[in-house]
Amino acid sequence: MTEQTIAAIATAVGEAGIGIVRLSGKEAFDIAEKMFVTKRGDSPKSLPGYSARYGRVVDPYQGRTIDEAILLVMRGPYSYTGEDVVEFQCHGGVVVVQKILETALRLGARMAEPGEFTKRAFLNGRLDLSQAEAVIDVVRSRTEESLAVAVDQLEGSLSKRISAIREQLYDLVVRVEAIIDYPEDDIPELEVDEMAEVIRTVIGELERLIATADQGKVLREGLKAVITGKPNVGKSSLLNRLLDEQRALVTDIPGTTRDTIEEVLNLRGIPLRLIDTAGIRESDDVVERLGVERAVQLWGEADLIIHVMDGSVPLSSEDREILARTRDKLRVVVINKSDLPRVWSLDDLDARDLGEAPVVEMSLLEGELTPLVDAVVGLVSKGGIRESTASQAIVTRARHKTALEEAKADLENALETLSMGLPLDLISVGLQGALEHLGEITGETVRENIIDRIFAQFCIGK
Amino acid sequence: MSKNYDVIVVGAGHAGCEAAYAAAKLGCRTLLLTINLSTIALMPCNPAIGGPAAKSHLVREIDALGGLMGRIIDNSFLNIRLLNESRGPAVRALRAQADKVLYQSLMTQALESAPNLDVRQGIVTEILVEDGAVQGVKTKHGVEFTAPAVILATGTFLRGVLVVGQLRYPGGRAGEPGVNELSENLESLGIELSRFQSATPPRLHADSVDYEKLTEQPGSPVPLRFSFDSDHDDRPQIPCWYTRTTPKTIEVIRDNLHHSPIQSGSVVGEGPRFCPSIDRKVMRFPDKLDHQVFLEPEGRYTKELYCLGLTTAMPEYVQEEIVRSIPGLEHAKIMRPGYAVEYDYIPPSQMTLSLESRVVSGLFTAGQINGTSGYEEAAAQGIIAGINAAHKVLGKEPVILRRSEAYIGVLVDDLVTKGTTEPYRMMTSRAEYRLLLRVDNADLRLRPLGYKLGLVGEEQFARFNDKRRLINETINWLNVTRVNPTAEVRAKLQELGSGDLKKSVSLADLLQRPELSFADLKFFADCPELPGEVIEQVEISVKYAGYVERQLRQVAEFQRLEDVKIPDNIDYMKIHGLRTEARERLTAVRPVNLGQAARISGVSPADISVLAVVLKDVDKYVSA
Ligand SMILES: Nc1nc2c(ncn2[C@@H]2O[C@H](COP(=O)(O)OP(=O)(O)OP(=O)(O)O)[C@@H](O)[C@H]2O)c(=O)[nH]1
Ligand SMILES: [Mg+2]
Repeated sequence: MTEQTIAAIATAVGEAGIGIVRLSGKEAFDIAEKMFVTKRGDSPKSLPGYSARYGRVVDPYQGRTIDEAILLVMRGPYSYTGEDVVEFQCHGGVVVVQKILETALRLGARMAEPGEFTKRAFLNGRLDLSQAEAVIDVVRSRTEESLAVAVDQLEGSLSKRISAIREQLYDLVVRVEAIIDYPEDDIPELEVDEMAEVIRTVIGELERLIATADQGKVLREGLKAVITGKPNVGKSSLLNRLLDEQRALVTDIPGTTRDTIEEVLNLRGIPLRLIDTAGIRESDDVVERLGVERAVQLWGEADLIIHVMDGSVPLSSEDREILARTRDKLRVVVINKSDLPRVWSLDDLDARDLGEAPVVEMSLLEGELTPLVDAVVGLVSKGGIRESTASQAIVTRARHKTALEEAKADLENALETLSMGLPLDLISVGLQGALEHLGEITGETVRENIIDRIFAQFCIGK
Repeated sequence: MSKNYDVIVVGAGHAGCEAAYAAAKLGCRTLLLTINLSTIALMPCNPAIGGPAAKSHLVREIDALGGLMGRIIDNSFLNIRLLNESRGPAVRALRAQADKVLYQSLMTQALESAPNLDVRQGIVTEILVEDGAVQGVKTKHGVEFTAPAVILATGTFLRGVLVVGQLRYPGGRAGEPGVNELSENLESLGIELSRFQSATPPRLHADSVDYEKLTEQPGSPVPLRFSFDSDHDDRPQIPCWYTRTTPKTIEVIRDNLHHSPIQSGSVVGEGPRFCPSIDRKVMRFPDKLDHQVFLEPEGRYTKELYCLGLTTAMPEYVQEEIVRSIPGLEHAKIMRPGYAVEYDYIPPSQMTLSLESRVVSGLFTAGQINGTSGYEEAAAQGIIAGINAAHKVLGKEPVILRRSEAYIGVLVDDLVTKGTTEPYRMMTSRAEYRLLLRVDNADLRLRPLGYKLGLVGEEQFARFNDKRRLINETINWLNVTRVNPTAEVRAKLQELGSGDLKKSVSLADLLQRPELSFADLKFFADCPELPGEVIEQVEISVKYAGYVERQLRQVAEFQRLEDVKIPDNIDYMKIHGLRTEARERLTAVRPVNLGQAARISGVSPADISVLAVVLKDVDKYVSA
């Protein structure tokens, strides 16, 4: 099969310090030859696998230099995809990276579909299924933090955790199976309590692992940060400033924003899903009331709340109520419009409701953003999400979570069967089922392992 | 006598007997050739049928299909016992001690009187092949017999070598010659051979044993039978005996380990892990200070006792010392010494799921030649090879049992798909759907097939249908008959140690309670009189309904991969996505569907995903 050469921007636009355009396929080297001039003057096509050259990316049609860049070449089958691969790494912004991609496309490459590099790697036997999945996470991860988790998974920290859990189960299953298949040999009987205890321990460990699945989701999809406050305080202004574009409508009419607006944003490596909401107040307008309800509901779902207040108008009961009702949440309080005269002070807020929340006084109209960004980043890293992930196995894929949950359900069945006083052949159904579900994650076959272990552990046979 | 046959079976061990009987019964003119007519269906090792693991499941399945083994052991056993009774219906097992001489006589008689079947003495030295297809066989005496299908069931005879201590000499079994020519012939046909070994313990004289020091192991007081067609009789059972080795035994073995063929290397080839010699047990489990020994009578009219647990091929004087270190055996006399046998087998991945060779068309194999161990495993392959050889001759589709349908299906699929690195023995742990493949329901699973094939007779099938009808009627009746929570009912439940009843339930609901049995239902309704085997089925079906349904759902899931057929002419070398190892393994095994492909060792889940993708666009990958 001859596959067409594919090209894509390998780093998400505008976020990393460098921009990478990657090509994979038979013509990757030919295309590189036409659009890259090495500083040394050697030909890109002649470079050995796994080498790099500094030089210029050029547009052969207009004869102009696009940017200075590093060219990285890998020759199939010893490349990530198993095909010939070249990468252009440059420091230029969005425009430059886009231009490099367009040039490659004009020279005969085809735009890669999402995940197509990984799919080729997989089809060329360079990756197994779980590795391929982890790589898709790497590709999609918006920040280094989630990158760390994905890489971790590649190296099997999840498999390690699961293997440890499986080991305990194996011990039990192997004894059950030895008793069943070798009734005439000297194999010690299993007590009900002993079995139940092992099963309960394993269920507990599975539960702990399953609990990390939600954390894994946060890392892949971003923290949900909800901007809230009473009307006209500057919530939409805050969204626009952070995004650096006029995304939400800003007017001096209270109640401008009536529905939620969601945008994804990378704040110094932290993926945020930033949500602007309707201002909180009693209203007769049906649409606005629904918006307010939605906003209040979002408090519950938020990983982080940014509560905006207006320092230039007197405090209202809404301000106080919001502060009280979001007490348990990770929060940043913004006192906006510092360019105008301040009519109330921090002391006017209930200290218990405010708690430890960092307070940022600023002007979204003309002030610096840095203090706000510092506060948000500080809160997230202190809030434990970063720390806890670094060394822990985190379940980041739905498939894994499902397998863990099914394993747990099987064990619960086994426990129930056990407590009903039913025989071993029925108990073993749940035990083996659980082992097989865990095996789905690590890709092991269960049946032969059990048999091998029976013979390794017991003096069987006459 | 005609020298032209439809099917020729070589070897009259447990595989060959079933194969010949099945082929003849299906209407093929069949010839059974064997080296010595006096050793038909010999039990050269343990004089027992069934026993641990899934061996009795296999016997029941053979019987359900219409094979011989179950009926013959029922008419020849010395005692019979039920194993694993408390471990649940899926793993219950029968074990019968055979009168091995009687077993042989009854099997010989069954074969000699079977229509379409000639039984004849002869040493086959050559398979006649033309253009890659079997034409017949040639014997040592130069006689040629022709047939379009040949089944090899030659046991341990191919290049067999017997080993005792350092001594090695040719032989297929003690006192019988091996056959070298056939091995050479198979190799010249392009069939790859490999080597396994096996061993057997010494036999003792029954009168030289001190029974005072042994524990008696009596047969079951309840009547038990293997065959669905056997009637019960009240023949007196002869017990087995039980003792244990001593520290002295271990010492003798340790002192003589240099004589052990495994240790000294005078025997090569893998031996079975589930049937280790006593020397191997002492080496591998040095902390275990005593081992079980069972003494089993070999027949009603012989004094020989089989020494289960003392398998060894040590020199005879060491065997004597080992035996005499054991309580009750201090003065025991050895009648036959233990020995090891080393033999050629055909790594079974060279076979298709119908047990036909991929190399030589029309050549089938069954039993130890396929790398298995055990009479039951051999017989199970025998009946399948017999059916499929006959079907090939008759131009019918091969019969392949699914893993979810029979242990026989698991056995054949394991052999062909995964191969084996030691003599293969069936165990219940090998089956994915153990709750479905029970020893008690083998007839419900396979009798209809046996009847359809023509192996099960009209009368047998009518009896089976009666049983099946009774089971279904009774289950229906249990579901529709209600029990109300009257004072009387609640008092009775309490008396039976069962929970209270709050509202009206069906009899089936009551029977689902673990503490209640079918017999208890008579207190709540007018129960019909039913045969024991029907009650057994009804109880299991009702009590385990939830678990069984779950496995049935898993089977449906499993079947999805099994249903993705792989065309026979697919060229794995053209699929670059597969790893090299996977390509080679797939090319060697040539799986017929994706499920089978997934079970091949060396084929990873990623390879299966690649195959699944490729199969959607398979035309690109087939060879012309
Ligand atoms: N002087 C001053 N005006 C500001 C500042 N921030 C926002 N404003 C103005 O305040 C008004 C309301 O701003 P928005 O961002 O629309 O406020 P909002 O909270 O989204 O309002 P609703 O959507 O109506 O709830 C606009 O006229 C802004 O220009 C500030 O820091 N200083
Ligand atoms: Mg707004």
